[in-house]
Amino acid sequence: MMHPLPPHFLPRDQLQQLFDNLQRNGHQIYGPQVHDGAIVYAPLKSTSALPQGVEDHHAPASYRLKNNGSEHWFDWVSTAQGVKPLLFRPHETLWRATRDAMGTLHFEEPVNSTAKLAIIGLRACDLAALKLQDRHFLSINHSPDPFYAARRQHLFIIAINCTRAVESCFCSSTGDGPRCDPTAGFDIAMTELDSGFVITSGSLQGRQVTKQLALRSASKAECDEAAQREANATRQVRAVPSQNMRDTLFNALDHPQWDEIASRCLSCGNCTSVCPSCFCYSEQSEAELDGSSSEQQREWDSCFTQGHSYMHGITVRHDTRLRYRQWLTHKFAGWHDQYGRSGCTGCGRCITWCPPGIDITAELAILNRDRGETDDG
Amino acid sequence: MMDNPHRPWRARVVERIQESATIFTLRLEFLDPEIRASYHFAPGQFNMVYLYGVGEVAISIVSDPKDPTLLDHTIRTVGRVTNGISQLQAGDTIGLRGPYGRGWPMQEAEGRDVLVITGGLGCAPVVSVINYIARRRKQFGKLTILQGVKLPKDLIWRDRFERWIKEPNTEVFLAADKGDPSWPWHVGLVVELFDQMRLSDNTIVMMCGPEGMMRACVNELLLRQIPEHAIYLSMERNMQCALGQCGHCQYGADFVCRDGPVFSYDQIKPLFAHSGF
Repeated sequence: MMHPLPPHFLPRDQLQQLFDNLQRNGHQIYGPQVHDGAIVYAPLKSTSALPQGVEDHHAPASYRLKNNGSEHWFDWVSTAQGVKPLLFRPHETLWRATRDAMGTLHFEEPVNSTAKLAIIGLRACDLAALKLQDRHFLSINHSPDPFYAARRQHLFIIAINCTRAVESCFCSSTGDGPRCDPTAGFDIAMTELDSGFVITSGSLQGRQVTKQLALRSASKAECDEAAQREANATRQVRAVPSQNMRDTLFNALDHPQWDEIASRCLSCGNCTSVCPSCFCYSEQSEAELDGSSSEQQREWDSCFTQGHSYMHGITVRHDTRLRYRQWLTHKFAGWHDQYGRSGCTGCGRCITWCPPGIDITAELAILNRDRGETDDG
Repeated sequence: MMDNPHRPWRARVVERIQESATIFTLRLEFLDPEIRASYHFAPGQFNMVYLYGVGEVAISIVSDPKDPTLLDHTIRTVGRVTNGISQLQAGDTIGLRGPYGRGWPMQEAEGRDVLVITGGLGCAPVVSVINYIARRRKQFGKLTILQGVKLPKDLIWRDRFERWIKEPNTEVFLAADKGDPSWPWHVGLVVELFDQMRLSDNTIVMMCGPEGMMRACVNELLLRQIPEHAIYLSMERNMQCALGQCGHCQYGADFVCRDGPVFSYDQIKPLFAHSGF
């Protein structure tokens, strides 16, 4: 592992310089912006596009932005959607088939954008989720996904240390945050102060980019202030009962709580869409009307749809109870067997964006509290 | 860019055999001689068969692995893709990629008695086992075949079953839920045939069919002291990528397309009694 350098200080007016340098290196920058009343990742060239003085307020089924009048660009905590769509595209062509005049088929590679991305704004929970997606899409257990790999390879990550927590946050309890530790997988991590940023590099690439900025070392006062602000983010009101719920959940498959949850769950799939680790996708063939070519495409899928478990006339998960149980047992139990840890990094998006406001931490607490009472069957 | 594991290779339909009203076999051959030369498979593995403009479907390979250049796929017409595939004729080209998954434990079965249980129309994956053993008869002990169907007309390959009955050291038990004059065998459920069989403690079981039938058979086998790890089942789930990636075929923590489709009972036991996985 690389020896960590002491933190530097990036004055607020020099963040643009960082953007310029990255763009000169051929990176397209994605950063947080306010679109339709939510913070989302979108392309940007200038710091003027960043959401200044914008705070997000979350609760089950509730998300509101408020202006706090500050100059800060990163007073928000969670983007509506993580970085998942930028690497594992919601819609993507896997290959193309053409049919010539003789009726013979030809298979070709798709034409996909190969832009080098730099993303600013990832939080510790997002970095942890990125590692989870890496484990799945770059797994040596199967052929790595070439599309994910191509984007991931050139990704430059500017992480932001949280200086607030919102009501849906529980990354402390999953062990994934709120601070971005040196092994979290960032190129640069920054903590925002009034006058600028305390900045550390976490990779060789990050070091090179920081070096180009010719920054001075951060003062002790600046480091102390950063640490103090970061400490604010540890005040979280939600928590998972345990970082390993594997046995608890697999022993609670007949728990009455699944029925109770199903009475509220709309099976809409919002949770799987905003979940930064969910990886399911479906495939379909899109043929041209003239029959000359057809594209094999994949599209995000959700275990909350009927089609997800469909096979020749049988739907394995025919009701909401089974679909929610599939989601929760996969996320918090199956992931341990598949990839060595829980599939949840505590970002809380599934709580915020669930229309009836189902709170997984509360549901896990109930399933955990009653453990042992239902597992003799 | 690295190799694209999603992309099929081209294959030609060498022959199309109608097995029953709704079941047919496609004999396929890769167009590219290099693919043909490097392709190998084991009984129980499957390929993704692509019909141009329509989609892909997971189909197990039923021919003998000794000849990996001609690949037989027995398919039942049930949905959009299989309906389209059923229209193909010799000479047509399609897409093919594979082989995928973990097949039957044929090496482990050598020298042992083998009980093959199939139900309904799900028999194609285990027919590869029967054919495999029939061609290497001396390497295996007693072969017992147990096949259940709903109606006598659902029994495809009746001539093969009648041939297998006459093979040395081989027993065949057939059951139809409802009989008719053409059905000389048992009328009733497959599980009712267990009392007629004598299972040695050296038996290895390979099973494929509806999960309800497999559950009932597992119970019978456990009652007869067959160990859990000697019972193998071929599981079926929605499969779209066949790479352990798209998530549809997950059975608990297992990806059926990659970790299966063949599992030993002790591997899947914790979830097998529950519906919804």
